[in-house]
Amino acid sequence: MEAFGFFYPEYEVVRDGGRCTVCRVCERQCANGVHTYDPERGVMLADETKCVDCQRCVCLCPARALKIVESGNTFRRDENWTAPAISEVCRQAGSGGVLLSSMGNPGKYPVYWDRMLINASQVTNPPIDPLREPMETRTFLGAKPQRIERDEKGRIKNNLAPQLELEVPVMFSAMSYGSISYNAHAALARAAEELGTYYNTGEGGLHEDFYRYGKNTIVQVASGRFGVHKDYLNAGAAIEIKMGQGAKPGIGGHLPGRKIVGDVSRTRMIPEGSDAISPAPHHDIYSIEDLRQLVYSLKEATGYQKPVIVKIAAVHNVAAIASGVARSGADVIAVDGFRGGTGAAPARIRDNVGIPIELALAAVDQRLREEGIRGNVSVVAGGSIRSSADIVKAVALGADAVYIATAALLALGCRLCRSCHQGRCNWGIATQRPELVRRLDPEAGARRLVNLVTAWKHEIEEMMGGMGINSIEALRGNRLMLRGIGMTDRELEILGIRHAGE
Amino acid sequence: MQKERKREGDVRIPSGCAISGIFRRDGRRIGGEKIVESISVMHDRSNGLGGGFAGYGIYPEYKDLYAFHVFYESTAARQECEAFLERHFDIVNLSKIPVRRTPRITDEPLIWRYFAAPLPTRLAASQLDEREFTARCVVRVNSTVDGAYIFSSGKNMGVFKAVGYPEDVGAFYRLEEYAGYCWTAHGRYPTNTPGWWGGAHPFALLDYSVVHNGEISSYDANRRHIEMFGYRCNLLTDTEVITYVIDYLVRRQGLSLEEAANVIAAPFWSTIDGLPAEKRERMTYLRNAFSSLLITGPFSILLGFTGGMMALNDRLKLRSMVIGEKGDTTYVASEECAIRAVEPALDKLWAPRGGEPVVVTLKGGVR
Repeated sequence: MEAFGFFYPEYEVVRDGGRCTVCRVCERQCANGVHTYDPERGVMLADETKCVDCQRCVCLCPARALKIVESGNTFRRDENWTAPAISEVCRQAGSGGVLLSSMGNPGKYPVYWDRMLINASQVTNPPIDPLREPMETRTFLGAKPQRIERDEKGRIKNNLAPQLELEVPVMFSAMSYGSISYNAHAALARAAEELGTYYNTGEGGLHEDFYRYGKNTIVQVASGRFGVHKDYLNAGAAIEIKMGQGAKPGIGGHLPGRKIVGDVSRTRMIPEGSDAISPAPHHDIYSIEDLRQLVYSLKEATGYQKPVIVKIAAVHNVAAIASGVARSGADVIAVDGFRGGTGAAPARIRDNVGIPIELALAAVDQRLREEGIRGNVSVVAGGSIRSSADIVKAVALGADAVYIATAALLALGCRLCRSCHQGRCNWGIATQRPELVRRLDPEAGARRLVNLVTAWKHEIEEMMGGMGINSIEALRGNRLMLRGIGMTDRELEILGIRHAGE
Repeated sequence: MQKERKREGDVRIPSGCAISGIFRRDGRRIGGEKIVESISVMHDRSNGLGGGFAGYGIYPEYKDLYAFHVFYESTAARQECEAFLERHFDIVNLSKIPVRRTPRITDEPLIWRYFAAPLPTRLAASQLDEREFTARCVVRVNSTVDGAYIFSSGKNMGVFKAVGYPEDVGAFYRLEEYAGYCWTAHGRYPTNTPGWWGGAHPFALLDYSVVHNGEISSYDANRRHIEMFGYRCNLLTDTEVITYVIDYLVRRQGLSLEEAANVIAAPFWSTIDGLPAEKRERMTYLRNAFSSLLITGPFSILLGFTGGMMALNDRLKLRSMVIGEKGDTTYVASEECAIRAVEPALDKLWAPRGGEPVVVTLKGGVR
């Protein structure tokens, strides 16, 4: 039966024997055990069946002797039964199990960001040079008042609901302590503080060391309620109720017991070694009126001092759901598209459930406006924001701000090998093994995150200036600044934009 | 067959312009020929594709009635609009607006004027105040009655506009026969070739009228936000959306004009952060609460309203605008020459800074 279970490795380790000095760095760096030393012949060997193409050895080889390439083993060509389709069937025939995967949907679906183009001023309206003129990216998230109120002296009263203030409309989205490492969290927290924005604890609670970053922290309450207690709720600047996740809409989460060790166990408030299972629904939320109760329970617990974010996955009926959420007392709605990342999800779910964030965002923003309740909530878009241009397009479609996570992990070293669920992240990010976690220096990681967001901020300012816009709120929902390219009328209609040339 | 040219509402048409305004704080009325003289000096700032005027205090004999000025493309449109008006208003007087034919103004629509008051029963049933009721009726006609367009709807004020150079438009409407305490004027330089009179400026709703020079880059953000509150931006012009934004902030939210100016031409955060605590909190509140009504890009606007006028530049002052004072009269114009043409000996002349509103009111001085 061995033959049934064998697949030729997808990737091949190519080692240049002329360059390799047999320093054995690759062997020490690979937690998957790909590289070994053959003392008899004095050479390095590679077992490619274990390679996930994380590029760690490539990056650290001092002699530049290594590269990873596709191995090129091919099944007989078939446009229907592709190589992954064949091998997945064979794998499941062997295991009887669900296929697991990590990070965002890698499938060949349209990326609408790449089919939208941004405007610029010519002649009738001057572009603005961000090096000479102020260019503002400060953003407030939270409900806006329906009416102004005045005191007895006629002064305007501050009747604003609690708000989040962002210096740049980019936040780090939820990744739990457990799914990623202590050092990864430390880097995110420090970067958020320096950037004047927020990072998100995810559903694993907040490590006691990080309470000091509270004013730049969003604490999450998910269906498992791991690590949720009064001090936790009050520790952050805002509370996020996670109703869904773009990578796996409609299902819960499962952090295996082997990752529930030490501090992770204490932070989650569950015993060491026990699986952390987040149910698919919140078992106290079976309908919209139940959500309202949870929103107000959390507000009661925090004295109405914290905005409440409700995060939903982008699914078919997302506009109507968002409209319900906007009437539930939520201050912010976070919509997570189907390309959003995950530490572990069933591959079938990740690759087939949900819709693109671009369409979901456009539909949500439009519906909330049609119902006159766009001011009740802020809208945050996530689920594969890859660049500053994606952010400009998201804001022009109607987002107040965006969530990034995959891009943040890339800044920390991740090379998207999509093997987080194996817990052997060679970059020290998606692992709890101390010898691997140690590889990620929180200080250096924070600096790279700050660099990334700062670079994006510059680029956003350049694009805004080109459009003659000097404050980000004048870009929000400004869909005339976008044109579609290569889209159908229906797609343009949903996005609420015109085609290039119109 | 030649294709119909696109007009306002079919396509967004940015335009450059000239603006001019005259305001008498003592309330004495000035003949319309003065403002025509002023705007005509800036002939080269328009291209013959739109000119218009707004006069305040011009209908003292009907000062308690709404004065509707309406363009009709057909008799059928007039009948439909009049039927609607009769269902909602008591029409005290109706007539064609008198015009003087000139070869430089052609293709005019039917131009009618109505003096009317809301029917008390209708008004009571609507549970709205009189102004909101009237505003909704105007928006309703303009968005649902094909070929009818109410372009002026205030009390004791009126808008006169056409496709043509402003001096020709003034002659066409016989403005010398009207007198008011406030006049504003507009000469248009659109970057397209609209053929529709409704697209000329001023744009007005109730007694608010706006003349504007510029091209706002925040247009669609402002439009999509303001449309949540019942406004319909049918013309796709900057002036239309600016008028609605001001109407929303001042009439519906109850902001003062200065507060409204702090929303639409908000100070930069770097300025706000350096203000004393109380002022900083108020400015932060206004920018945050009404963030979608911030207007960016170049503009200079003149807002006319009952008893006053406000001049405002964008926050970077990307459009020229100067103000002159002589006794009780305040002059505003895109260029100084337009003021000097009607008042060579000014007491004072200055250029307000970007985002700083200048408000003049009857007997209220200059703020």
